[in-house]
Amino acid sequence: MRDLVIDLDSVVRTFGAITAVDDLTLKVPAGSVTVLLGPNGAGKTTTVRLITGALIADSGTIRVLGFDPNKDGGEIRARTGVVPPKPAMYDNLTGADNLRFAADLWGVNGDGIEAAADRFDISYALDQDVGGYSTGMRTRLALARAVIHDPDVLLLDEPTAGLDPESSRAVLDLIRELAGRGRTILMCTHLLHEAEGIADQVVLMGDGTARTAGHPADLAAAFLEHPTVVFDAENRDQLEKATGHAAVIRHEWNGGLHLTLDSMETLPDLVTELVKSGVRLTRVEPQLPTLEHLYFEMQRAMREEDG
Amino acid sequence: MRWDRVWAIARVDLKRLFKSRDYWIPMSLLAGVFFVVMPFFMLSAMSSVSATSLVQQIGGVLESLPGPIQEGLQGQSPEGRAAYAFAVYLLAPIAIIVPLTISSAVGANTIVGERERGTGEFLAHSPLTEREIYVGKLIASVIPGYLATVVGFAIYSLIVNLKVGPEVGGWFFPTAGWWVLILWVVPPFIAIALSVILWVSARVKSAAAAQQASTLVTLPIIVIAYAISSGLIFDPTRSALAVGLVAWIIAGIGLASGGKAVNRERLLGIGMEGS
Repeated sequence: MRDLVIDLDSVVRTFGAITAVDDLTLKVPAGSVTVLLGPNGAGKTTTVRLITGALIADSGTIRVLGFDPNKDGGEIRARTGVVPPKPAMYDNLTGADNLRFAADLWGVNGDGIEAAADRFDISYALDQDVGGYSTGMRTRLALARAVIHDPDVLLLDEPTAGLDPESSRAVLDLIRELAGRGRTILMCTHLLHEAEGIADQVVLMGDGTARTAGHPADLAAAFLEHPTVVFDAENRDQLEKATGHAAVIRHEWNGGLHLTLDSMETLPDLVTELVKSGVRLTRVEPQLPTLEHLYFEMQRAMREEDG
Repeated sequence: MRWDRVWAIARVDLKRLFKSRDYWIPMSLLAGVFFVVMPFFMLSAMSSVSATSLVQQIGGVLESLPGPIQEGLQGQSPEGRAAYAFAVYLLAPIAIIVPLTISSAVGANTIVGERERGTGEFLAHSPLTEREIYVGKLIASVIPGYLATVVGFAIYSLIVNLKVGPEVGGWFFPTAGWWVLILWVVPPFIAIALSVILWVSARVKSAAAAQQASTLVTLPIIVIAYAISSGLIFDPTRSALAVGLVAWIIAGIGLASGGKAVNRERLLGIGMEGS
């Protein structure tokens, strides 16, 4: 197993009577992309703040890059980049001023400023005051600011909230690029399609704790054990025959007949039987499990578990 | 503490400030009125024939002063002596009011402003120590007030020398008392006020609340500083140095304890009253 870059063990953080993070254990290996999924209020933002030492945990242990944020927060923050949900800038300063400020804090020279701006295609607007930037421009500037010091760890907290598709793509491209260079990335989101295809690990958070975690494929195997296959036919009425088949767990009409089967191994038998009974099939399409399916299935399983 | 990072904080705050006309135009007017307009017209009025009653009133005030101070008054005529007294003694408190007012206005917004804009989150995740943030903010608050005072003082000196100098035999200003006031007494009073104001700014919920609270907090400090500066200007040596020393000690204690009010949780807006 790769070294853990972020290692939270039984971490608790309360705000008065509210427990924002409750017995959270989170392991993020070096060079991986971990996605924290969860609804608003699940404790994702507090987790990011605990990781950088911006907040201190009430109990539990945290190690980031081998350091304790409570004692060596400066070391952690020097090697970490953060993109908060609504990146705030100094609006009456130019984009260049904002980047230079970040460069000064992280000890980056002028070349680093230009490189960061070029990387997110914001160089053309560096002489303008940030107050005149669009949301997308602000986010691109925030991304440039977050990676200006080439951090070992990048923490993205809802980075694409309210963004246009072009800016969203810039965020996801950044994640892929940094992951390709061996950087460790933790992204919080409740937009499931964002995490699709980039996550090495998905952590479902709820009520301040990690309800379950794992590789998307492993989680899919655990939570989506029954595959769904979409059927269609020249005469849809004939598809009713399939709904009573022994292999079918449930069915739903939605632009075709969506059948949930007990396993993929029963699919050939089902198709054969339908063909033999005279159904002229026009579509037999197994649905690939998506994070969205997974998320809602996990949520459903958790609710059942909680009683 | 890394001074390059402290200066980065101070520099960005000062740059924001000087790009904000809403701030520097009224503050420049304030300094201009106290250091330039008022002295110019008052001293001009004193040298005019129609100002006899004003000269007599000031003369009355001067007669009530202790003998050694009266002996120190310079001037070849009653008008000259009145102008000298006005320039050297009676306007001394402006050297306190201007920097305190300007620096207080900056300081009140400086930390709560980061929180309101959301830039506090950026600072909280930065490698800056809380001490570096505090000192950077402090420097950014001191410089506008003290800069206005130094520039205003230079212009004031010029006006006084041009208007009163011919009456007393040449350029004479700044006097020793004013040098002590500007270099030794004013700075610690600014520091004392800012130690309280930054403490307030770190704790209140909004910039508006910070402004109100800082006004209440700084008013007594301004009154005390006003009274002390009025007295010190008559005795620029021992008592001024002693008062300055005490002020520096209080400022040191205030700054040391005020710095503890700035922490990352407050920059994030956590634990604020009502939040």
